Amino acid sequence: MARAVSPRRKLLTTLAAWAVALIIFFPVLWMILTSFKTEVSAVASPPQLFTADWTLENYAEVWARSDYPRFFWNSVVLSVGSTLLGLAIAIPSAWAMAFVPGKRTKDLLMWMLSTKMMPAVAVMIPLYLIFLWTGLIDTRIGLVIALMLMNLPIIIWMLYTYFKEIPGEILEAARMDGASLWGEILYVLTPMAIPGIASTMLLNIILAWNEAFWTIVLTTTKAAPLSAFIASFSAPQGLFYAKLSAASAMAIMPILILGWFSQKQLVRGLTFGAVK
Amino acid sequence: MGKIELTKVRKSFGDVHVIPGIDLTIHDGEFVVFVGPSGCGKSTLLRLIAGLEDTTSGTIEIDGKDATTLPPAKRGLAMVFQSYALYPHMTVRKNIAFPLKMAGMDLAEQDRRVERAAKVLNLASYLDRRPGQLSGGQRQRVAIGRAIVREPAAFLFDEPLSNLDAALRVGMRQEISELHQSLKTTMIYVTHDQVEAMTMADKIVVLNAGRIEQVGAPLELYHNPRNLFVAGFIGSPKMNLIEGAEAARHKAHTIGVRPEHVTVGEGPWEGVVGLSEHLGSDSFLKVAVEGIGTLTVRAAGEVGVHHGDRIRLAPAGKIHRFDESGNAL
Repeated sequence: MARAVSPRRKLLTTLAAWAVALIIFFPVLWMILTSFKTEVSAVASPPQLFTADWTLENYAEVWARSDYPRFFWNSVVLSVGSTLLGLAIAIPSAWAMAFVPGKRTKDLLMWMLSTKMMPAVAVMIPLYLIFLWTGLIDTRIGLVIALMLMNLPIIIWMLYTYFKEIPGEILEAARMDGASLWGEILYVLTPMAIPGIASTMLLNIILAWNEAFWTIVLTTTKAAPLSAFIASFSAPQGLFYAKLSAASAMAIMPILILGWFSQKQLVRGLTFGAVK
Repeated sequence: MGKIELTKVRKSFGDVHVIPGIDLTIHDGEFVVFVGPSGCGKSTLLRLIAGLEDTTSGTIEIDGKDATTLPPAKRGLAMVFQSYALYPHMTVRKNIAFPLKMAGMDLAEQDRRVERAAKVLNLASYLDRRPGQLSGGQRQRVAIGRAIVREPAAFLFDEPLSNLDAALRVGMRQEISELHQSLKTTMIYVTHDQVEAMTMADKIVVLNAGRIEQVGAPLELYHNPRNLFVAGFIGSPKMNLIEGAEAARHKAHTIGVRPEHVTVGEGPWEGVVGLSEHLGSDSFLKVAVEGIGTLTVRAAGEVGVHHGDRIRLAPAGKIHRFDESGNAL
C-alpha cells in the first residue's frame, strides 16, 4: 500500500523545503542583485534587497579594468587539466584497488581519504617553498599538479566505487580474448564505466574551478584563475561591493551553466550503484 | 591441436588446499567434462588451465609446451563463462570480433570470420544489437561465437547452461555437442549436472574435494564406479546403497543397486510404497523395505502401484559391492 500523505502535511513539507532552499541560495541571490546596484546603494544602511537605480556599470568597469578572458582561460586550463591528469592516474589505481586488492588496499583508501581531512593551511609553507625552489610558483603546470593532488583521493574513491560494480568475469573474458592489461582498461573497463567517469570528471572540474586557497597562494598574475580574479577586487584601498559582486558573478557563471546542463549526469553518477 | 597435460597441479588459497594435487591428460579433440558437487574445485581447475589463476605448484602443458606461467591470452584457449561475460557496450558483431581485434587481424578477415560464426550460430540477424537486447540463449550463442572465431586449441566452458531455463538448456546442450562434432576441437566443460556430463562427454572427470575420484567414459562410470562417491554421483535417480546384513550376504560392507535394476513383482525384498511418481514413460517408486531401508525403483512404462501398496522387489542387474573404505570390490 502506498503511504498516505495528508494535503496539510504535503503543504508544510513543501514550504519547509522552499524555505531551506531559499536560505541556501540567498547569498548567491544577494551577490547577483548587488552586482547590478550602484556602489552607494550596495552599502546602504539598512541593506536593501532591491533598489531603484539598476546599472550594468559594474560589469563594464570590471571588464575594462582587468583581463577577464585570461583569468577565464586559466580557470579552464587548471580545472580541466588537473581533472584529466587526475583521471590518468586514478583509472589504473582504482582498477588495481577494485580488481586485484592487496591486504592493505582498504587501509590505503582510508589513508587517502584522511588526507582530505587535513586543513590545507597546515601544508601551506612547505608546499609554497617546494613550489618556490622548483620554479613552479605562478605557473599553470604547477597549479595543475597541486589541484590534481588535492582532488586525487576523491577521484580514486569515486572511480573505485564505480569499478566495484563491474563484474570481474567481463575483465577475465577480455583477458582470455587476448587483451593486454592496457587493452582491458582501454577497451572494456573504461567504456563500461563511462557514466561514472563522466560524473567524476564533472564534479572535479567544479571543485577545481572553485578552489580558492591554493590558486591565490601559489599564483600572482600569469597563472591566476577566476578565483584569484575575484580576490583582486578586494583591494587594501577599500571594498567595492558592487564591483566585487559583478566579478564574482562573472567568475561563477561558466561553472554554473556547466553544472546546470550536466545536473542529470551528476546526480546519476553520484547515486550510481546506490539502487540496484 | 589441443592436448592438455596436467602434472601434479596444486592450488592453495592461503591455508586452504583447494586442489591438493592432480594429474590428468586430455587428448586432442576430446570432449571432457569435469563434474562434481559445488565446491569440489572443478571451476578452479578450469581457471588454472585457462591461466586466470596461478598454480601453487605443478605444470600445465598445452600441445607439449609448458604453459604454467603463460598469461591467459598466450595459451590459445577460449572460454565461455557462466554469466556469458559479454561486453555490454559493444554490439554482437564487435563482441564476436573483439578477440580478432586484439590479435591485430585485418578488418576483412575479421568480418569474414564473424559472418561465418554468426551463420553457424544463427546470429546473423542480431549482429547489430547489443547484448542487453538479447535473450539468455542468444547471449550464450554470442559468447560461444566469440570463442569459436579465434579457432582456439581448446574451448573451456564454465557451467555455461546454468543460467538458462530447462527447455533451452536441453537445446543448447545439443548445439554444443554438434559444434564439437563439426569442429573436432578439444572441449573442457565444467558442470555440476551429471545429466549434462553423461550426455555430452567423451570422458568424464569426477571431482570431489579437489581430488579426481574417477576418470572414464560415461558408461564406464555408470557400470563400474570405482567407489561409493562416483556410484552415488553418476546416475539419476541415485543408486540405492544398502549396508548391514543384506550387504554382508554379498560379502561386502555396502552394496549398490541402481533404481532401474530393481524389478517389481516377485523377489526377496518386501516393502510398502511411499511415494509414487508416474511419468508415463517411467514410474518412480520409493519403497520402504523391512531390514534394508528406503529403496528407489525405476520401472519402465506404467505400473499399477500406488501409495500404501505392499509389493515385492528383486535386484535384476548388477549388484555393486564396496568395502569399508568405500572402494569397489
